[in-house]
Amino acid sequence: MKKHTLAVTVENKPGVLTRVATLFRRRGYNIDSLAVGETENPSVSRMTIDVTGDDKIIEQVSKQLYKLVDVIKVVDITEERLVTRELILIKVKADPSVRSEIVQLVEIFRARIVDIGKNTLIVEATGDAGKMEAIEDSLKPFGILELVRTGKIAIVRGPQNS
Amino acid sequence: MKLKGAEILLQSLKQEGVDTIFGYPGGTVLPIYDALYDSDIRHILVRHEQGAAHAADAYARVTGKTGVCIATSGPGATNLVTGIATANMDSIPMVCFTGQVASPLIGRDAFQEADITGITMPITKHNYVLERTEDVARIVKEAFYIASTNRPGPVVVDLPKDLMEKEIDYDPYNSEINLRGYRVMKGCNYGQVVLAAGIINKSERPVIYAGGGVIASDAAEELKELAEKRKIPVTTTLMGMSAFPGTNYLSLGMLGMHGTRYANYAIGECDLLIAVGVRFDDRVTGKIAEFAPHARIIHIDIDAAEIGKNVDVHIPIVGEVKEVLQAINKRIETVEEFGEWHQTIDRWKGEYPLRYGTSSEGRIMPQHVIEKISDLTQGEAIITTEVGQNQMWAAHYYKFKNPRSFVTSGGLGTMGFGLPAAIGAKIACPDRPVIDIAGDGSIQMNIQELGTAIAYKIPVIICILNNQYLGMVRQWQSLFYGGRFSYTDISNQPDFVKLAEAYGAVGMRVKTTQEVDGALREALKVTDRPVVIDFWVDRMADVYPMVAPGESLLNMLGEE
Ligand SMILES: Cc1ncc(C[n+]2csc(CCOP(=O)(O)OP(=O)(O)O)c2C)c(N)n1
Ligand SMILES: [Mg+2]
Repeated sequence: MKKHTLAVTVENKPGVLTRVATLFRRRGYNIDSLAVGETENPSVSRMTIDVTGDDKIIEQVSKQLYKLVDVIKVVDITEERLVTRELILIKVKADPSVRSEIVQLVEIFRARIVDIGKNTLIVEATGDAGKMEAIEDSLKPFGILELVRTGKIAIVRGPQNS
Repeated sequence: MKLKGAEILLQSLKQEGVDTIFGYPGGTVLPIYDALYDSDIRHILVRHEQGAAHAADAYARVTGKTGVCIATSGPGATNLVTGIATANMDSIPMVCFTGQVASPLIGRDAFQEADITGITMPITKHNYVLERTEDVARIVKEAFYIASTNRPGPVVVDLPKDLMEKEIDYDPYNSEINLRGYRVMKGCNYGQVVLAAGIINKSERPVIYAGGGVIASDAAEELKELAEKRKIPVTTTLMGMSAFPGTNYLSLGMLGMHGTRYANYAIGECDLLIAVGVRFDDRVTGKIAEFAPHARIIHIDIDAAEIGKNVDVHIPIVGEVKEVLQAINKRIETVEEFGEWHQTIDRWKGEYPLRYGTSSEGRIMPQHVIEKISDLTQGEAIITTEVGQNQMWAAHYYKFKNPRSFVTSGGLGTMGFGLPAAIGAKIACPDRPVIDIAGDGSIQMNIQELGTAIAYKIPVIICILNNQYLGMVRQWQSLFYGGRFSYTDISNQPDFVKLAEAYGAVGMRVKTTQEVDGALREALKVTDRPVVIDFWVDRMADVYPMVAPGESLLNMLGEE
């Protein structure tokens, strides 16, 4: 069992997300993460789906996805050289006494503070899954009030000069 | 040319070659019915929308064309659901039109609103909600294209009432298919074909395992050529039943849970399994680890997702079955002689034929009824079935001569399928006898379609194998639940003869074996109305052989 990242190109039409989600639910495949948005071509959306399974399961997932009329292309990009990103927003308890400490931490992670409340700060960070976890862990001791994260998006790196 | 959406719909159907649709009207499809009033497309008014779906499905099964049905929004649409799921499981090309509330009302829980697109998403090949009248022609074209190509299946098109009323400028030549995510499979991997032919030429104990894909692909001829050239025994699934003549020396009948002993033994012993248009369903394979344990497997199917789904195969070939078989047939060497393998199979056939005893209650044995039907119609009738024991006996004892002749709900196992299916089949093939082999339970699930058969003077014959039980369930209770017949006794039932007569059909009751032949002969002479024959069969007859679910195919129950 291994986590795979699938880049799925679909028609940018209502209902397509439901079709994909229904397929996963019906066949019993578990989605670890899913992000979807329009691409450079507005008639096309790109889904980045993380799904865990052995090679056989992933092969089935991708074949079943291909059978959906609105799915244009499915690529397993797990083994590619990728740039992956997630966005996380964390509302953390921040009394004046600990604020500077939090600000320092945020700088280390090259994250940003996007809102300052009376006793709270909202931290925004982007990066890969590892960095997201690290930030979350280091802010935990201050008291996380709310946390939201997008699914992962990924893109294959361009070829390099050789 | 200015036309209403509904008129464009009917013109588009005509362009698709549709001559018959099965349906039931209601508020949201009024504009379509109004257009039908002047159309030369024949509309068959059923008595329940489920009947429309099954009739359209059967129409497709016997003709190979795409079946069409229509229902109103809300309850009309939801009544189609079982029929859609039935067609989906058996990969039957069908386009179902549903009315929908007017577009401004969608999502407001309007009167008779149901989200039929959402409901049918997992049981269709694809579905559409019409958003603009301008799209009617394109969507109809795409719907038929999707339903009928690659692995066929049902497509639902949901039509809001206002968009059917709306008039637009219509250009009949201006509807292009626009489906970049859907490509029709052409050709196949010829490297794989060569490999397959090589293995076929060398194998000593080959078996062909043929399914519904052979029929969908109209490849019965090619299958026969392969079998006869190499003298390969052929076993079929329930769905593949009429793909190979039951009277051919090479026929092994059905395999699997209710397969013949010789078919299941052959699977156990073969060194090569040629799986054609099949999906290794659990009812076929039994315990998967012990299925065809000594065999290399060639798997031919149009649907790449079927390859490796349930079993690992050695040589997958993705492609249209007909094309692939033609390519293989060109590369195989003819064998003249039958060999040791055939002797082994002959021995099994001799020792373990399909057989049945006599009734301890002095009643008719249900198997005998099917044998008689098979003889009297010389294997040339269209047989539809209900679900349960009746269905399995039909598969065992009817010797089909022609493909597209066995119309049965294989994947979903839908009780109530047989009668509306018989009507759809008879409308498609008025010159062939059409017989529904029914159970006393199943027939009551869509009995109202007798009304349809009367209205259109459709002479289908309904043979009820009346055991006064939900027989197949009762059989499982006998075998696996200590004979505790919990809610399977349905002896409290209508008088089927009177019921038939109340509709205006011919009703007959047959209580003795001697009367079976005469009753059937008489029924086959009726040309202007349906006939219901109530055969009082042995109540406790069981379907054997039987493999318990999850067991190896070699562990068959029933006397040897
Ligand atoms: C719609 C539906 N409900 C329930 C079942 C489960 N089921 C399978 S066979 C069967 C008994 C059918 O009885 P009958 O039509 O009398 O046929 P028999 O087995 O007696 O020939 C039942 C209830 C089913 N297949 N379909
Ligand atoms: Mg019964």
